[in-house]
Amino acid sequence: MKSLFAKTKFLESRIEKYLDHTSEVAMLFREAMKDYLEGRDEEFEARRRQVTDLEKQADEIRLEVERQLYLETLIPESRGDVLGILEHTDEVITAAKTTLMLLSVQRPNIPESMRADYRELAEYGCRAVQELVMGIRAYFRTAASVRDHVHKVVFWEGEADTVAERLKRKIFSSDLELARKLHLGDFVVHVDTLADGAEDVGERLSISAIKRSV
Amino acid sequence: MILLFLSSGLFLGWSLGANDAANVFGTAVATRMVRFQTAAIVSSVFIVIGAVVAGGGTTATLGDLGAVNALGGSFMVALAAALAVMWMTRAGLPVSVSQAIIGGIIGWNLFTGTRTDVASLVKIISSWVACPLLAAGFAALLYLAARTVVARARIHLLELDAGTRYFLIAAGAFGAFALGANNIANVMGVFVPAFPMKSLSLFGAFQVTHAQILFFVGGLAIAVGVFTYSQRVMMTVGKSLFKLNPVTALVVVLAESLVLFLFASEGLENWLIGHGLPPIPLVPVSSSQAVIGAVIGIALVKGGRGVKLAVLGRVAGGWVATPAIATLVAFLGLFFLQNVFGVVVRRPVPFELTPPAVQRIAGQGAWDPALGRLSGIRFRNAGEFSAALSKEADLGARRLEAVFEASEIDSFVIDPPGTWELDASVLTAGQIDAVRSLVRTSYRHKWQLHEALAGASNEWAPVPDTRANHLRKKAFASELRYVFDLFRVELDSR
Repeated sequence: MKSLFAKTKFLESRIEKYLDHTSEVAMLFREAMKDYLEGRDEEFEARRRQVTDLEKQADEIRLEVERQLYLETLIPESRGDVLGILEHTDEVITAAKTTLMLLSVQRPNIPESMRADYRELAEYGCRAVQELVMGIRAYFRTAASVRDHVHKVVFWEGEADTVAERLKRKIFSSDLELARKLHLGDFVVHVDTLADGAEDVGERLSISAIKRSV
Repeated sequence: MILLFLSSGLFLGWSLGANDAANVFGTAVATRMVRFQTAAIVSSVFIVIGAVVAGGGTTATLGDLGAVNALGGSFMVALAAALAVMWMTRAGLPVSVSQAIIGGIIGWNLFTGTRTDVASLVKIISSWVACPLLAAGFAALLYLAARTVVARARIHLLELDAGTRYFLIAAGAFGAFALGANNIANVMGVFVPAFPMKSLSLFGAFQVTHAQILFFVGGLAIAVGVFTYSQRVMMTVGKSLFKLNPVTALVVVLAESLVLFLFASEGLENWLIGHGLPPIPLVPVSSSQAVIGAVIGIALVKGGRGVKLAVLGRVAGGWVATPAIATLVAFLGLFFLQNVFGVVVRRPVPFELTPPAVQRIAGQGAWDPALGRLSGIRFRNAGEFSAALSKEADLGARRLEAVFEASEIDSFVIDPPGTWELDASVLTAGQIDAVRSLVRTSYRHKWQLHEALAGASNEWAPVPDTRANHLRKKAFASELRYVFDLFRVELDSR
């Protein structure tokens, strides 16, 4: 009896760790964006490397959890849903890593007038991911409260979409050359993937929570 | 030879293990919450324990309905039940071994002209109806409780999973115990009155009755069925019939186990009687129908969607079809066994209004002068006697009962060797002394032997028929039956 409970406790702690990493990646992403927009290159690169490390650790944890769930045939009813949620959450983490890597490589020149918008977009993306993480934690304990968190994820994603559209219009109505407009527009899409990804996982989470009801 | 006669019961036991263990562990194994090996071991151990420790109550009820008093008869009754179960299973119809055995016993009663105890039959049939209803009620309550606990306790999904697994094993053990206790009567109940073996003393400390020996053997047959065939049935039942999550599956197993336990527990019966409450009859009931009732109970709590009335209709239809088919098969089978193969399928129980019987009936105020025409005539069985009585007078149920009780012919000789075999773990010292004081006497009626014993010792005095005396009456009847079985001799033919 102790053995099975010990295994489940261990798995619980690994899933918690995974969610901690997800939350941290979102916050690091927001701070890295601020650093980049304000020209603090060293701090930006340091945070970018942290995000890369956390993404790698999260991958390892996710694979470990997957292996254990199948090996011990735990939660047979919900296993597919849980692993689906974790895998799609991984895409959000990967999106953050990829965006920061692209920023580091391509070094887009963002005009002063647009920096606040990029900061706001990153902020909403971060909030969407934070709510998502809380929703996933709730899924494991009180499935009924998942709805509240997913509702907020959808809200922040909506706000992010509003800022993204506003920013794109600002970019393409400006005097910048077309190549630069396209480059900047591209990065709006990249930064927005965080919120979009969070909303996708949120939808999946909603359905899984309904299925979990006894 | 005994093993040959027991074979049909053992086959019934095997099929019970193969089919009914799935009702206990089916969903747990099919959803991979519990490994089949764990389920098989737990089932087998607890089925045997349940059968040996608590199988007596339901067996006594079957004996009240019709005491099959020859091994050949027991063999055919069990075989008829097994054939009825096989035939209906092949036809895809829901079938209950419990109901098949009842049909078989009624078939034996009809063939031998033995009266079917209507009160017992009513008790049994009402239990069949009550079984799924009770299961539905229990399941609904347990489901509501489980839902509340899971919602409020904020248990982590993984911990809920681990806890559910252990509870499934525990509930499965309880369910297996209840299955053994309730259904062993289906497997071995018809052999108990006819089995010639005496009690055994184990290590000089434990007395094991012949019934318990039979229950142990029957329990082993059920265990073999669990190990050899139940995995396939578990996967079928668990996956295709029920779409339940593990917590709901646990509720279903618990509800089913509780119902089977209620209808088997002599301890609970004693407690209820001791507290002035009406006891629950100890009757073998269908575990499959209990599961259906439980699933429907949960469906009703969830809003009633998905409840298929057709399933209920088929279950109710089974209540009629199963015993009817088993009765027919038993009747025909007994005919062939007796007349074609010359096997003894019954010990004759004739009836005669002997002078002592007439005196007794008159003393009880049940005599009708019209019955004088039947005095001294021996009737071969209860059927013939009943037909003759009804032609002469309309006695009413109470007087008829008194006439039958007084007129039943038996044959007892209190022989000296028998008096030294009397088991001190069954009878008190005073009772044993009373029997010994009657050595070399003989009797033609059970009541005569009883009166003689009561005259020899107060410990054999009749127990008044009150609810408070229910337990003592059961024990006393068992003590009397022990003396009757020990000193019974072949009836002299007339």
